[in-house]
Amino acid sequence: MFLEGYGRQFWEGTTETIELALLSLCLAFTIGLIGAAAKLSSNRWVSIPAAVYTTLIRGVPDLVLMLLLFYSFQDGLNRITDALNQAQINIDPFSAGVCVLGFIYGAYFTETFRGAVLAVPKGQLDAANAFGLTSWQVFRRILFPQMMRFALPGISNNWQVILKATALVSIIGLHELVSAAQDASTGTSSKGAYHAFIFLAVAALIYLVLTTVSNVVFAILEKRYSIGTPPSEL
Amino acid sequence: MIDLIREYWQQYLWGTPGHLSGLVITLWLTAASVGLGFLLAVPLSIARVSKEWWLSHPVWFFTYLFRGTPLYVQLLLFYSGVYSLDVVRATPALNSFFRDAFNCTILAFTLNTCAYTTEIFAGAIKATAHGEIEAGRSFGMSNLTLYRRIILPSALRRALPAYSNEVILMLHATTLASTATVPDILKIARNASSDYYLPFVAYGIAAMLYLTISFALIGLFRKAERRWLAYLRRETK
Repeated sequence: MFLEGYGRQFWEGTTETIELALLSLCLAFTIGLIGAAAKLSSNRWVSIPAAVYTTLIRGVPDLVLMLLLFYSFQDGLNRITDALNQAQINIDPFSAGVCVLGFIYGAYFTETFRGAVLAVPKGQLDAANAFGLTSWQVFRRILFPQMMRFALPGISNNWQVILKATALVSIIGLHELVSAAQDASTGTSSKGAYHAFIFLAVAALIYLVLTTVSNVVFAILEKRYSIGTPPSEL
Repeated sequence: MIDLIREYWQQYLWGTPGHLSGLVITLWLTAASVGLGFLLAVPLSIARVSKEWWLSHPVWFFTYLFRGTPLYVQLLLFYSGVYSLDVVRATPALNSFFRDAFNCTILAFTLNTCAYTTEIFAGAIKATAHGEIEAGRSFGMSNLTLYRRIILPSALRRALPAYSNEVILMLHATTLASTATVPDILKIARNASSDYYLPFVAYGIAAMLYLTISFALIGLFRKAERRWLAYLRRETK
């Protein structure tokens, strides 16, 4: 039988991994845009906290942050419910995973977008302002399309990192691909010794397919966003 | 909180007599895997840019495998997967090697960082200015001398900024060792946290330690860049 009857768990784990990665990507993308705007702001009250956020988050391992945020939040919540004599509220691991991954990789996206914004020639923005465009129009029509061109390699890189970081979320109790593989190997350990290896190798293979597919998608996106730029000559 | 720090500070930093843990283990894991990874990556990156397909394709496949899958899965494969194979259990040398969590961790980390480092170095080698190679050739240098005197010194220097990123990422990745029972900083933090039910303090201390090591590494690499990349520095007006 396919994967000793664990095919279903693997399928569910894979969809969970993809959902988790995509939702975290959206959150991190949004935080990144806001963070880049904050970091580039001339207002010190906005730019300094943004700088502290990116430095702290990028200086601490993602696994440490994940455990720190997840368990501290749950601990704080327990203390509040205890004080109010309420039943304990358990944080849903999926939404916690999305929030924590989004929050961590938001810092990396902030740096990606900040670099990309700075790479857009300033004359473009001056010209748009001179045409009387509102700041939203400048962002949507001038800055964003050009910025994406410079940001895409960084986004592609960050996406791959997020996809692979979802594997860590099994440590805080989420049933994604890695935990499916682990469940399968402990479930069949009595039958034969090699199962752990096979199941983990299958998980690795699925990740490999996911990263390969995203490489192709990003190659297409890069082509689309570089419309209008002449190919570099060698 | 004071009790937690009083009981655990030594374990966070270097451990108890005869039983190393915490910071020392984290630094050791990082240094060992980055060092071994570097030694392997230099020849592999040369093979990666080779014109001979039987040299470059296997290296490409190796980096593709290790960069396309999460390090956690690689670690689990080496730690619990490989040991489940009958061949490994039957061979005494392999059995004793893979039974030790420390060996499995170092092996997984080394191969992973080696794959990323190989790509970084290969990129730098490919970007070597054509004139430098031409000049070497016109002096009658053999391939070996060309690599030893011209290409590698120049490429490894230019790879420094990207390589420093990889080293910091590897430092962060060593936290995974805690899942394989290796007593690094995070493992101590997890013990302390479950002992005292103070996750914020226990993990907070770990975060501060990692932050300090990261900053120290960034400082060291900045110094290294100032020294070895001085010739590429832009003129300050």
